[in-house]
Amino acid sequence: MATTSISFTETPLLNLVLLRADDALILGHRLSEWCGHAPMDEEDIALANIALDLIGQARSLYDYAARIDDSGFTEDHFAYRRDEHQYRNCLLVEQPNGDFAATVVRHVLFSAFMDLYWRETMKSRDETLAAIAAKAEKETAYHLRHSGEWLIRLGDGTDESHARAQEALDELWAYTGELFETDETERAVIESGVTPDVGSRQESWQKRIEPILREATLKIPSAPFMHTGGRSGRHSEHFGYILADLQYLQRAHPEAVW
Amino acid sequence: MSTLAELDTEDDLVARARAAIEEVCDPEIPVLTIADLGVLRSVEVTADGEIEVTITPTYSGCPAMDVIGFDIKTALAKTGIDNARVRQVLSPAWTTDWMSEAGKAKLRAYGIAPPAGRASRRALFGEQSIACPHCGSHETEKVSEFGSTACKALWRCKICREPFDYFKCI
Repeated sequence: MATTSISFTETPLLNLVLLRADDALILGHRLSEWCGHAPMDEEDIALANIALDLIGQARSLYDYAARIDDSGFTEDHFAYRRDEHQYRNCLLVEQPNGDFAATVVRHVLFSAFMDLYWRETMKSRDETLAAIAAKAEKETAYHLRHSGEWLIRLGDGTDESHARAQEALDELWAYTGELFETDETERAVIESGVTPDVGSRQESWQKRIEPILREATLKIPSAPFMHTGGRSGRHSEHFGYILADLQYLQRAHPEAVW
Repeated sequence: MSTLAELDTEDDLVARARAAIEEVCDPEIPVLTIADLGVLRSVEVTADGEIEVTITPTYSGCPAMDVIGFDIKTALAKTGIDNARVRQVLSPAWTTDWMSEAGKAKLRAYGIAPPAGRASRRALFGEQSIACPHCGSHETEKVSEFGSTACKALWRCKICREPFDYFKCI
């Protein structure tokens, strides 16, 4: 891997756009790993389609990041030519797919959050973010419904599917605190009306998923411990493997295009 | 101020470009032109006298956009317009309301159920009754929320037993 990583000047807006882009790219990549391995054909197609929506959202955001940065980088530089510590995605999206129940639980937790986020961001003072949100909002709502219906089917299914869904929820719940973290730089873009204050949306998020969990006969774990680090570039061990896979081509053949 | 002659030329150029682009079809639904689909937003002449075509994606990750851009440039090159630019915009967001009535009829004839009703969150999530594009029956059921492309879901007719794609109403 001879190709060097890019360096760029961080600004509150650029950080925000990269954070959202990284979440979408990494979860899109994770879901694409299911292609050819899902429990049934329809779900294989569904997961690939959801991955495509997320990677599409990531492309729009990286493209915007490149325009904000304005030093000649493209969307590909931001997606493929940064080091681990430069990615600001949350730890939830980089968790391994696990079994199908774990993938479904992760998706419900994440898309319920993004459904709220995109809907509010449609009113952003930043026109580009508002436009990206208006497209992503409908896609995300559809993903939430799809994964929510699956979670109900699994949780309220057989003893085996219920046990696996509950186990996944117990484990992944501890990664949800990070979704509501904000830092100094994000405060600037919250105050200027560019992005909603996610710090105050935890209750609305929980209200959104409680009916799904209730119908799925699953219990919200009472774990006070929450993992953290992704938003400041401190990732779990899994992340290096994702980047090795994701970046190989651009590192080996810099500037390669289709 | 432009002279009348210059304006005529510009109008002619746009008309010629429009005629060429009318023929460009969606690569994944080849019976629909990009105008039918509502993906074609505008054809204009820029300040430097070049044709600029504006298109918008149906879904964020629509993989057809690059091919559509390429097909537009090819169609224009065939009529002698070489330096055309294709611009992608996200706003206002595409919805199925941008699809023409003629486009919906073409979809049905092709075997794809067109989006039912006007786009809204309720239309996307409501349990609508979708008419089978083959026999017209409303006795149909959803098989999968995702179909052969991001914009479609998979349905089945209980009367004629044929599976079909439904263009999601978003």
